[in-house]
Parts: sequence; structure tokens; C-alpha cells
Amino acid sequence: MIRLLVDIAARHLLARRRQSIVSLLGVVLGVSFFLSISAMMRGSEQDIIHRLVDNAPHITIEDEYRNPTLQPVSQLFPRAVVQLRHLVPQTEMRGIRGYPQILDYLRRTPGLRASAVLSGQALASFAGKDRAIGLYGIVASEYAQVSTIRRYMVRGSLDELEANPNGIVVGDELARRMSLSMGDNLRVASTTGQVRTFKIIGLFHTGRSDFDAGQAFVALKRVQSMLDRPNRINTIVIKLADPNAARTEAARIERRVRYKTVSWQERSEDLMSALAIRSVIMYAVVGAVLVVAAFGIYNVISTVVLEKQRDIAILRAMGFEARDIEGMFLAQGALIGAVGNVFGIGLGCGLMAGLMRIHFRVPGSTDVTYLAIDWSPFQFLLAGGVAMLAAMIAAYLPARRAAKVEPVDVLRGGT
Amino acid sequence: MAEAIRLEHVTRRLEGEVPVTLVDEASLRIDAGECVAITGPSGSGKSSLLYLMGLLDLPTAGRIWLGGTDTSDYGEDERSEARLRTIGFVFQAHFLLPEFSARENVMLPMRRLGLYDEATIRERAGALLAGLDLGSQCDKWPRQLSGGQSQRVAIARALANDPMLVLADEPTGNLDSVASRNVQRTILALAHAQGRAVAVVTHDPDFAAQADRRIRIVDGRIQP
Repeated sequence: MIRLLVDIAARHLLARRRQSIVSLLGVVLGVSFFLSISAMMRGSEQDIIHRLVDNAPHITIEDEYRNPTLQPVSQLFPRAVVQLRHLVPQTEMRGIRGYPQILDYLRRTPGLRASAVLSGQALASFAGKDRAIGLYGIVASEYAQVSTIRRYMVRGSLDELEANPNGIVVGDELARRMSLSMGDNLRVASTTGQVRTFKIIGLFHTGRSDFDAGQAFVALKRVQSMLDRPNRINTIVIKLADPNAARTEAARIERRVRYKTVSWQERSEDLMSALAIRSVIMYAVVGAVLVVAAFGIYNVISTVVLEKQRDIAILRAMGFEARDIEGMFLAQGALIGAVGNVFGIGLGCGLMAGLMRIHFRVPGSTDVTYLAIDWSPFQFLLAGGVAMLAAMIAAYLPARRAAKVEPVDVLRGGT
Repeated sequence: MAEAIRLEHVTRRLEGEVPVTLVDEASLRIDAGECVAITGPSGSGKSSLLYLMGLLDLPTAGRIWLGGTDTSDYGEDERSEARLRTIGFVFQAHFLLPEFSARENVMLPMRRLGLYDEATIRERAGALLAGLDLGSQCDKWPRQLSGGQSQRVAIARALANDPMLVLADEPTGNLDSVASRNVQRTILALAHAQGRAVAVVTHDPDFAAQADRRIRIVDGRIQP
């Protein structure tokens, strides 16, 4: 039965080749644009999120509290108006206290890796050149488990920091700007005034010029000593087996350790909302292309319905039901949608492959960048599904009209 | 003879500011093997009576019995099913679907009924066309056939599901005299040789004279 309806639908379309080809072209272009633009936008979105998730910690414990600690009297009388005068704030060493215990607690959680970091500002000097750098005190073997820095090492090794506490790993851009080479001795002065000389034991290149030109990794104990913060750190970075669980894990950890614990989603909320808005705009624009294509389908099927009133009447007289007639014209929409999908997806794949070959240099990056394209089946299903839906909606209105044709009215006037 | 169709006091009225009665209190019975000619002046209600007999239109009053079954309670789908299985229509214009060959046009009702596989349907359609001397025209498009040939293909299509009732609305109206005589012979044979009930609306007195019975309608009423 469906075969018969599809057969009649196909004959109707083939009889109006030019109109059918124009509406088919609309779907082909719509599907290919939808697919290629959607794949490019989704690809870049996934790339951004991947970089966020992959290159940055999933959770960061910071050396501050989300809400300031209340004075004991305010805790005792939470609804009272309290004024305390001549308070002398306690001067205490900043940082996360008892971090080894916190790390022990964290490492008992399955699927969680954590590493302590003490970071601070310093001035690097070599051959008469001075540059402000960020100094990262790390335990190399632990930090390598929560960071991708090992992947970006171009010379030497991060692990050497454990064997050589006077070693330093710097970005290749910093090395280039300061004319540093492997094995050179770099003088580093901290904000406390302490000066130490470190030997260059490794170079990394992440592609982010600010990072490559301004960061250096040193053994944690050395940085604690240089910043006068023994047994303190100011950040714990955490990687999870499931990055999507970061928000709930961060809340759980913060409840336990009380230090402000920030998930990658919280840290990137602005970016995530911007990406969501961008997706809405993108789907609205590419969806509009398919709406235009749907108008083409509506036009051709409406014309067929108008021209085929007599055939509809004769089919009804033969015993075809009203729903058969409706199905016949819906089949026309489905045929244009399906054939348009086949060619549209083919053309879309070509466009996607072409987009992948485009390369350019982003300002602020030293690397050549390629467009990230999402080739996941979801993209194809989405493009195909939206095109089919648009085609079926476009076919539905004329199909309903065809089903309501009264054969007697047509036959009376048709002889 | 077995009753094929019976109309009892069937009236069809179009409501509106000025109501129009198309068929007025028509009572009629046609048996299997009988050919009834329906004559009358233009606009007298002949075609309207035929559409009511073919369950294409609904009577305002009265009952229609098809093969001994009252069709008063039939819904839209049941009327379509009854048309598909028991009624064959032939119109003044052949109304062949131009996108289908002669054989494919004849196959359409059989494909809709779905009783046979595609190969059997092709074979049956070919046999029906051959029975009407159109064996060599099976694969021709409607535009390649003459008026008489097209009308005979339309008759073959009406016979596709072996209906007990054939309704023909001025089937020779558009044909020359030779083709007209061929179609007349074919239609009369449907009743006399094949035992079907045939109702044929015609203006041709010679054709009407060859029918078993002649009914005249004036202003929607069957004349006594």
C-alpha cells in the first residue's frame, strides 16, 4: 500500500521535473549548509570545551572562603545588630592550611587525582634581560597526573624537577625572548626579595603565547621557601575521571574542606552561556535556510494538488480513501526530503572536508589553527531529521487539502 | 436474478439560500446481468443518481442497498471499501492517470486492494486489456491512445477488481460513431456476457434502446 502511494507520488513529481528539481535543490542546499555550519559550530564548541576540560583543572580549591568567616558574636546572635570597634585583624600566612590532609582525603575518592600548587610572581633575569613570570611550585609526578603539560614538553622533562630541585621548566617563548637555552642558569627573584638561580632543565610549548612567555615550573619546596610560605600552598588542582561530575564533586569537596572550590563549569559560566547563545543563533540561521526550502516543497506539492483535482476524484471513485490521498502527497514531501537528504549530506560532507583544510593563525597564538569539524552521527541525524521534518510539514498542508477534495464536486464540473 | 443494487425513496437535496433537489424520491432496483439505461435532459439528475448509486455522494433521505446490504450506516471508509470491491466507474472522459501506462492504470485498483502480488496483478491487467482488444496497447501512455482505446482502458480499469456493479456516465459522449459502437458493445457485454449489473447514463437513443431497461429522469424524478 505504501509502495503504491510512493509510486504515485514519484510519478507526480517526475511529471513536473523542473519544479521538483528546484525544490529538491532547496533541500540539498539547506541540508548541506545546515550540516556544514552546524558541524563547524559544534566542532568549535567541542574544541573549546575540550580545551577547557583537558588543559585546565576540572576542579580548583583556592586559598579563600566563598563567604567570609563571621565573628563569634555574630555567629551567636545571627539576627542582632553588632558593632565591633578597634578590631585588630589577625595577620596570618595566606594559603591552604593542612593541605597534606586535604590531599589524603581527596585521593581516597575513586576517579579523582589531585595535586598541590603554590604559585606566585617573580622576576627572571638573564643576560641583562628581566621579565616578570608566574612561578608554579609543583610536585612534578603529582602535577603531571592532573595536567597536560607533559604533552607540551619540547625539550627536557618535567620529571627532572624531582631529581634536580634547582631546575626550572620554562615556556619556549620565554626562552626565545630571553635568549635562554637548555642548561642555562636563570636568576629568579621572588616578591619577598629572595633570589635563587635555577638551571633550565625543560622547555614547553602549549601554543598559548601568554602562557609560553610567562610561566615557569619549579619544585614546590623551592617556591615555598622563596615565597616564605613553608608548608603552605594556594591551590589544589583536581582532575576527575568524569569531567561532567565536576560541579557536584566541587560542591561536595567545598562542604568538607570549606575552602572555595570551583568547578570548570562555574569558572567558565560566561563562556558556556555565550556558547549556548551562539548555538541558538546558529541553528536559527541554518534552520531558516531549511524553512525557505520547505516553502519550495510546499509550492510544488500545492501546485500538484491543484492540477490533480481530477485524478484525486477518480482515485476516490476507484475506492482510495481520503487518508490514502493524504498519504500520497505526504509521500511527495517525504521523497523530496529523502532524496534531498542523500544529496545534501553528500554535498555537506564535501563542504565539511573543505572547511577542514582551511587553516589560519589566531591572534595571540603562535600555532596554525584548523577549523574543528564535528563528524559525529548526531550532526547528520540532526540535519537529516530537521530537513525531513520541514519537508513533511510543508507537504502536510496541501496533503490535507487534497484529502478534503469532494470527488462529486470535481466530477460534476470535470466532464 | 440476484439483486445488485436497490434504491428506496432516495432524495438528494443541496441546502442553501435556494435549495436544489438533484434527485427526488428515486426508487430503483438493478439485478445482476441487467443493463439499465438512464436517460433524460441535461441537468435532470442522471449523473447525481449515478454518484448516489456509486456511494460517492450521500442521500439526504432514503436508503441504498448494495448486494443486499443497507449502506445507510456506512462511514467514509466503508463506502470507499465498497467502491473498491463492488463498484466500477466509467466516466464520459476516460480520466486515465497520465503518468501511468494503460496497464498500470488498470493495475491501480488491484494494487490498492492488495489481494495479489505485483506479478499476478500485471498479468491480470494484461488479460483484462487483451479481453478488450487492447493487448498490444498495454505499455502505451494515455496520450498515445485514441479516444475509443482510452475509454476501453477506463472500462478495463473499472473491471479490475471484478465488481458486481458497473456505473457508466455517458461513456460514449466524447467518441466518434465507430468508437462509440465498440464501447457500447463492450458495456452491454459486461451485463449480458459477464453477468454484472450495469447502469449507464446516455443521451444516445440507440444505445439506450439496446439496454434491458430504460429509465427516464426529469427534474430529479424517475418518470413512471
